[in-house]
Amino acid sequence: MSMFAVATAGIIAAMTLALVRAFAGPSLYDRVLAGNSFGTKTVILIGLMGFLTGRPDFLDIALLYALINFAATIAILRFFSYRQSSKTRAKPMSEGEA
Amino acid sequence: MIDWDLIRDLLSWALFLTGGFSVVAGAIGLVRFPDFFTRLHAAGVTDTAGAELIILGMMIQAPNWIVVVKLAFIAAFLFLTSPVATHAIAHAAWMVGFKPMQGPDLRYEGDGK
Repeated sequence: MSMFAVATAGIIAAMTLALVRAFAGPSLYDRVLAGNSFGTKTVILIGLMGFLTGRPDFLDIALLYALINFAATIAILRFFSYRQSSKTRAKPMSEGEA
Repeated sequence: MIDWDLIRDLLSWALFLTGGFSVVAGAIGLVRFPDFFTRLHAAGVTDTAGAELIILGMMIQAPNWIVVVKLAFIAAFLFLTSPVATHAIAHAAWMVGFKPMQGPDLRYEGDGK
């Protein structure tokens, strides 16, 4: 078994756990965090798949995915912060509401 | 005569194993830790470290220089954006009113939550 296969197995296990948090997470921010973490692991996974199949051209896709992942996280946070500011901010939200 | 291929393989194995351990440990923390800010810490720290270590291991195994340069771009970009994204999430949650658990028995301060 090559070293790339071992690293890929570890990354896939970690992605599964991140998905568990993304579905279970009580608040919105837990889900955003799990999604961001999932995206970072996806970048590594795409790079490793390129090495596993002997086609390192995949690295271009990994670089693009890293850009999109960062922009998407910031965009989601922006979107929900606008939604928040349109409501009254008198009482802080509890974890279940978000 | 030094066997450079063996040295490269051993170095890559070490980097992949430490990086993989870091990523898996962070994911376990992301699932099991008790409140939002501890989960943020677990995911934020280990994602950056594990990703950089695994990319370094791939750089050592790269067949030619263009692959090394592409991996270096990915590593630099992740090194800059991963902490920024973590900070943005923490800031957004803090502004909405999330508070971390505190004290040795991990309780929410004030009126509980």
